[in-house]
Amino acid sequence: MLWITTKRILKSGLQDFSRSGFVSVSSVLVMMITLFIITAMIVFGGFLKFNLDRVKDKVDINVYFVTTAKEDDILSIKKNLDSLPEVSTVEYITKEQALANFKENNKDNDVVLQSIEELGDNPLGAVLNIKAKDSEQYEGIAKYLDNMSGETLSKNALNIIDTVNYGKNKVIIDGLNKLIKIANMIGLWLAIIFILFSIIVTFNTIKLTIFMARDEISVMRLVGASSEYVKGPFIVSGILCGVISAIMVLILSAIFTFIINHYFSYYFAGFNLYNFYIMNFLKIFGVIFGSGIVLGSFASYLAVRKYLRH
Amino acid sequence: MIVFDKVTKIYSDGTVALDGTSLIIEPKEFVSIVGHSGAGKTTLVKMLLSEEKPTSGKIFFESIDVNKLKKGEIHHYRRRIGTVFQDFKLLSNKTVYENISFAMEMAGRYDEEISADVPHVLDLVNLSNKAYNFPHELSGGEKQRVAIARAIVNQPDIIVADEPTGNLDPINTHEIIQILKKVNDLGTTVILTTHNKGVIDSLGKRVITMEKGKVVRDDKSGRYSM
Repeated sequence: MLWITTKRILKSGLQDFSRSGFVSVSSVLVMMITLFIITAMIVFGGFLKFNLDRVKDKVDINVYFVTTAKEDDILSIKKNLDSLPEVSTVEYITKEQALANFKENNKDNDVVLQSIEELGDNPLGAVLNIKAKDSEQYEGIAKYLDNMSGETLSKNALNIIDTVNYGKNKVIIDGLNKLIKIANMIGLWLAIIFILFSIIVTFNTIKLTIFMARDEISVMRLVGASSEYVKGPFIVSGILCGVISAIMVLILSAIFTFIINHYFSYYFAGFNLYNFYIMNFLKIFGVIFGSGIVLGSFASYLAVRKYLRH
Repeated sequence: MIVFDKVTKIYSDGTVALDGTSLIIEPKEFVSIVGHSGAGKTTLVKMLLSEEKPTSGKIFFESIDVNKLKKGEIHHYRRRIGTVFQDFKLLSNKTVYENISFAMEMAGRYDEEISADVPHVLDLVNLSNKAYNFPHELSGGEKQRVAIARAIVNQPDIIVADEPTGNLDPINTHEIIQILKKVNDLGTTVILTTHNKGVIDSLGKRVITMEKGKVVRDDKSGRYSM
């Protein structure tokens, strides 16, 4: 009997949905707007993260060594830094490389190049460029450099550091950390507000469609339908509305991200909208499908319950 | 047997719909309840269907105390009563066939029974050719015949027909009453509320007259007298 009841509820739900025509179409459209907003928020989140990561990537601290520093000592400092959990990468630039870079950067400035030539000797020291895993960890790394003791390094090594430019970068790094926090916060709140509003609109649309069917509900009750039998088809219709909306949104989003990426990629500063969508498709699929089904069934359940109280 | 024992219903706005009404309806009876609008006929029917609870008094259907039915029991109880209303109350999204099969599905009948009984009952109300039409494609008389088919398909103990001919012309009215008589002849209790003098006079069955929520006349083989 359970199988027969389930089969009948499913059939009735599908039939009601297909026969309600305009009402079903409008519920699907409203649900699609909600799911679109959720998709847009996921993509926007990806875009924000991409840009913040890129800005973070531009920040580092540099340790400048005196010109007389021995390579072994520099490498032992590098080894120490590499072993720190906060450190992502340490790039070693030899004094020769530093000079080559300097020349390259000033290739149009004859005065500077001439001065270098006249000096004869390489006036630049080697450099270690340190990148932290998280921009908040730079302060810790800077402190570590300040407090390096003779226990871990040879006596010479302690005196070979010329300058650490954390002090100069501190303002920028702190500002960046603040900016990242604010951007994340704004992104989160925007997403919450948009999603909340659209969920309320979807709920009300479904409530309205069930309000229109309230007479039918009372007739079903009079004919002797149990609560489950009345609720069931509405919930099935709600789920169907969610599934159809989700499929449409997933297909349309692929097309939209492709078109936007193709024609407006300039505005996204290197962020590939379509690639992001495809790379994260499984996650987006899960969220959109899940949201559609949960929204459709839950809204239907709440709305129809109202007419079953007496 | 149906028993109304000193049933009073006062709505929240102070309207007295039933005022200490008592009456007994025997099995297999055909009872007409007449009275002006607001006399309490529909309230009486709603009480029997457990759509409304009385302010005081008791209603019994056989040994069932209707007011004491729990939420989960009401739909089982309602399956024993077939209902026909003035506004038909058909499911607009379902065809004639589905409206009738719906009532059987609710009663937990198997698909084989449904496919055997629905054509039979459609034949009885002379609607076999409209099985796959939707309610909006039918005339008033046809809609009411669907409602009757739905009401009788589960072979209920009682048929409650609340002003079933209110929206119908004389020919359709006659047809509906004939169907109800046939159902009664087959052993189902019929409770009919109506304004229609012609219907009452032609029936020659028990007539209960109500006024301001009270039973003022109860004739075994009555005529319409208001």
